[in-house]
Amino acid sequence: MTDKQKLFNSGILTEERPGAVSPPRDLWENKKNGLVIIECPQRIPCNPCHTSCPTGAVVPFDDINDQPQIDYSKCTGCARCVAVCPGLACFVVDLTWGDESRALMKLPYEMLPSPEEGRQVDCLNREGNVVAKGTIVRVTEPMHDKTKVVQVEVPKDLVMDIRAIKVV
Amino acid sequence: MRETDVMVIGGGPAGLSAAAEAASFGCDVTLVESDLALGGQLIKQTHKFFGSKDERAGTRGFKISELLLEELSGYGNVKTYTNCTATGYYPEDGVVTCVRAEDEYFKIKPKKIVMATGAQERLIPFPNNHLPGVYGAGAVQTLMNVYGVKPGDKVLMVGAGNIGLIVSYQLIQAGVQVAGIVEAMDKVGGYWVHAAKVRRLGVPIYLRHTIVEAIGEQYVTGAVIQEIDERFQPQGERKSLDVDIICMAVGLSPTCELLWQAGCEMVFVPELCGYVAQRDRNMRTSHKDIWVAGDAAGIEEASSAMVEGRIAGVSTARALGRGTHE
Ligand SMILES: Cc1cc2nc3c(=O)[nH]c(=O)nc-3n(C[C@H](O)[C@H](O)[C@H](O)COP(=O)(O)OP(=O)(O)OC[C@H]3O[C@@H](n4cnc5c(N)ncnc54)[C@H](O)[C@@H]3O)c2cc1C
Ligand code: SF4
Ligand code: SF4
Repeated sequence: MTDKQKLFNSGILTEERPGAVSPPRDLWENKKNGLVIIECPQRIPCNPCHTSCPTGAVVPFDDINDQPQIDYSKCTGCARCVAVCPGLACFVVDLTWGDESRALMKLPYEMLPSPEEGRQVDCLNREGNVVAKGTIVRVTEPMHDKTKVVQVEVPKDLVMDIRAIKVV
Repeated sequence: MRETDVMVIGGGPAGLSAAAEAASFGCDVTLVESDLALGGQLIKQTHKFFGSKDERAGTRGFKISELLLEELSGYGNVKTYTNCTATGYYPEDGVVTCVRAEDEYFKIKPKKIVMATGAQERLIPFPNNHLPGVYGAGAVQTLMNVYGVKPGDKVLMVGAGNIGLIVSYQLIQAGVQVAGIVEAMDKVGGYWVHAAKVRRLGVPIYLRHTIVEAIGEQYVTGAVIQEIDERFQPQGERKSLDVDIICMAVGLSPTCELLWQAGCEMVFVPELCGYVAQRDRNMRTSHKDIWVAGDAAGIEEASSAMVEGRIAGVSTARALGRGTHE
């Protein structure tokens, strides 16, 4: 088994796969409010990302075990899927946010304490390493079900690394 | 002696569904649950469930239990007893004996029975596994999520199936550090997304590793883990982890003592994780008055437990000649 395979087998995404792809760059660069990134590469019996998406951006599943597929032209970056997905596998990234070097990420958050707006937090990569500091812009609870969506300003070049925050 | 049309043993999702369904056909139902509260495993599940929207995907487990209890409260013909264990079934006369709390003992003669007794956790042997601090994942969840008690400060999780992964995540939510998860296979057994969730919070998952020893005199003060080879034999370097809890999540087996006692035909099905009662499409066992549903019929999940419970409930009602809604 290669090291890459081993990492993937332990829950770390190492490359794009069906159900875990990044949005097309040109559309993404100019899309106000951002586009969704879903990292759900395994066939599992689950579909709330599709059933909860108000615009049909997560295309209908033929079989409930299918990996999610996205029609990026329909995604509004509303982050409803971020709040609903039981696998915490949906994220929204807005590349139009702030100046050249910044981006806004909308991440699911189910820990305590809930960070207040303006607070500096640690940004963690897929292995839990701190890779940057981020600033909390907004915290919402879209479904009123205790899963929060934190909007955090991060360095733009790290949007494909950062997947969680830690309040320190 | 007490009598009832349908007795449901076990108040988890399977039993609650069976009771509601049988009651909806006008059957007089008695449900016994050994725990202090109804809901079975669901009351400890603070995470959102998978599946489709129709099976309440995206809803947290304890919420699903609340919805089932609400449905059940709409029926006047259901009696529920908590803190009440069915201790024996007597095939000669079809009587079930029950113990309620510590001192009340009663017999009941049901016309039909649904066994929805759920599952039991497995453990694996290793030196010092008797020490306080070695817990089953179910106990850890009960402490944290039902009683609000932090089980310890630092945990080694044994097993990266869904239970091991989900309970690790819940431990982090409770403010407990997870030092690592060991898994004997070369990939996580649970859903990949559940693994990704704990990995991004910094929890290492040691594939092809097992626990070889718990350390401690009076209670757990550490654990030793080691890599294993193709034949599951420990090999190579041993690694010590400084933990005060070792949490076992290495699988479940159906709880089927009462089914054995009743003389139901039992079969060993590895896919269902152990001995289960032979049953037909309607969840009826080889014993004409006994049905089975949920994890007791084979380890699956809450969504299937609820469906099986409903099927068993309808089928008992039908067997009592009450098969149609007015
Ligand atoms: C950590 C964890 C995460 C899970 N996540 C999911 C998930 O995301 N989605 C999903 O669908 N499923 C999930 N499950 C599985 C799900 O909880 C179980 O499959 C489901 O609860 C089984 O329902 P049941 O009614 O058969 O058994 P249980 O819920 O175990 O209920 C059985 C009940 O019977 C009682 N009982 C047993 N013997 C007796 C007796 N002799 N007398 C009286 N009462 C008795 C027990 O006290 C218990 O309350 C998870 C389980 C765990 C542990
Ligand atoms: S962000 Fe909104 S529009 Fe885009 S996929 Fe998610 S739910 Fe659909
Ligand atoms: S809701 Fe989440 S876990 Fe379920 S299929 Fe969609 S992305 Fe995967």
